[in-house]
Amino acid sequence: MSMRVGDESGRARAESNDAGLAPTATVRSPRGGEWRRALRAFRRHTVAMIGLCFLVFVFLACFVGVRFAPSPTEQSLLEATHGPSWDHWFGTDELSRDELARVLHGGQVTLKLAIGVAILTTVIGVLIGAVAGFYRGWVDELLMRFTDLWIALPALPFLAVAVSIGTVSLGPLGSVDLGGPLGMTILLSLLLWGSIARVVRGATLSLREREFVDAARTIGSTNRRIIWRHVLPNCLGPITVNATLVVAEAILVESTLSFLGFGIQPPTPSWGNLLTNAISNIEDTWWLVVFPGAVIFLTVLAVNFVGDGLRDAFDPRRQVRA
Amino acid sequence: MSAAAVFGDDVQPALQVTGLAVEFPVERAVVRAVAGASFSVRRGETVALVGESGSGKTVSALAAMGLVDAPGRVSGDVRIDGQPVLGLREDQWRTLRGRKVAMVFQDPMTSLNPAHRIGRQVAEAIRVHDAEVSRHDARDRGVALLERVGIVPAAARARDYPHQLSGGQRQRVMIAMAIANQPDVLIADEPTTALDVTTQAQVLDLLRDLQHEMGLALLLITHDLGVVAGIADRVVVMYAGRVVEEGPVDAIFTSAAHPYTRALLASVPRVGAARGALRAIAGSPPNPGETVPGCAFAPRCSLAEERCVAHVPDLRPVAEHHRAACVFGDQIAAGRLAP
Repeated sequence: MSMRVGDESGRARAESNDAGLAPTATVRSPRGGEWRRALRAFRRHTVAMIGLCFLVFVFLACFVGVRFAPSPTEQSLLEATHGPSWDHWFGTDELSRDELARVLHGGQVTLKLAIGVAILTTVIGVLIGAVAGFYRGWVDELLMRFTDLWIALPALPFLAVAVSIGTVSLGPLGSVDLGGPLGMTILLSLLLWGSIARVVRGATLSLREREFVDAARTIGSTNRRIIWRHVLPNCLGPITVNATLVVAEAILVESTLSFLGFGIQPPTPSWGNLLTNAISNIEDTWWLVVFPGAVIFLTVLAVNFVGDGLRDAFDPRRQVRA
Repeated sequence: MSAAAVFGDDVQPALQVTGLAVEFPVERAVVRAVAGASFSVRRGETVALVGESGSGKTVSALAAMGLVDAPGRVSGDVRIDGQPVLGLREDQWRTLRGRKVAMVFQDPMTSLNPAHRIGRQVAEAIRVHDAEVSRHDARDRGVALLERVGIVPAAARARDYPHQLSGGQRQRVMIAMAIANQPDVLIADEPTTALDVTTQAQVLDLLRDLQHEMGLALLLITHDLGVVAGIADRVVVMYAGRVVEEGPVDAIFTSAAHPYTRALLASVPRVGAARGALRAIAGSPPNPGETVPGCAFAPRCSLAEERCVAHVPDLRPVAEHHRAACVFGDQIAAGRLAP
């Protein structure tokens, strides 16, 4: 039976069952797990939904819409560099290439990088944070000091040195160009995993004291099982929120670094390095600064809105009752 | 169950605790949460461990589960089915927990993982000890367990999350998880304290049924003397980390031999008793960080004299199977002396 009933009747049924009475009907309560509850809360978060729609639009534009845009490398020698027009919505750059196509291609690189960084930082951070928080003592001390080390690392000199090294060999795994998209993903992940590790450690520290962890121990669960089954599923909320915010951070850091020349190296376009040359000619070719800049700004803003929405959705204190 | 079977000394206890001490070092001091407690529970027997907050009941139980974390120190002797368990390695403990000794906690609201469906949590209790069991079989057995503890319709409710259940139902789920691997000893730490009165009775009935059915040795930790009267065969009274009295439930209620037990009984309202003010026990229990030389109850006891504070009285027999740690035990039990 799939009648929708409210919370109250679900509770009432629970009580009547407890009093030894047969439940009047096998109606399932509409409230599912935490995820479903969070999803409902998220959908009511207007700003976050607007952010999400904008992100979907940007992704579609970068990965699908790009096929309908002019080539990013084709130079139109007949036309001089010019501002926005019907043929070139974002204008053309100093080599008369279509700026919109370059923004979309750069977006592919930057977005893939940002998502890669989010995944990688989450894996490293969750692993280190959960182990540190669960085992405490010297393990915690060691791992957290190690984390501090990476957080304290000055990003710019670190990346400048790394990029100047260029291609490094990873033995059987092949080689990685530290100035390329994959190399940047790894470098940025190394710089950004610290905050997730701290968040997960904090959540684990409090979760490990919860009674259901003791209960799991009384039935003979191993530590690994407790971490996987009981600790991590209960910090999916903070982990998701943090991963989202890392996406925004990665876009910003990549843009800053590429702009300064430490990030993704041309000719591979990225949102950051599109701005590198444009900024010096801002008075003549303003559109080469404004459009990529606006795209970066709006995308980061949208990601942050989504992050805020997720944080509110996972926060039980803010939950509006269905 | 006959008295001989319950109190027979020839039967090996499923849980035997002897001279148990649990200490926690705090800044420049040591808190003795349990200071030499001894008690035992046989198969098929329900023993109530009674005492007020901080008397060492729960810590004793945790010690019997090997769950006292460092820096807590446990000494003495704990045997489960005759096997000494103190000092076991963590992996050895894990094979015992759930299979030999299991535990139900006080607050069912917090002892279930909010992130998983209850069916999965019960099935997990089975799979923890038997990796051979397939997910599917474990789920079926989990549903059968839920049915056994009175969650109906079990198959449908197995897909519920803990927050969709009432307190009593959650405690039933906890019990299902605890008995999933047929333990010999079940420790129930105030299993009904967090529940409302009608639900309490149902959960206690369930525990009693399961105990008879499975021949469990049930150690029931409680401060509720009503619960004790309803379910226990024997009673162990703890005060300030020590056992001050133990005996059959009838003897405790009719001829308690320790002033503390008497005071405890007098502080509980009873239907049919003469109207009048309930007697609260004057003073408060000693701080576990302080060491009192003699009887820990002496400062609150109207009978206390010099020898009471000189040294700790031993548990001495005052009647058959009935022992009390009081120098006046015999006289109090016989009614010749009233504290």
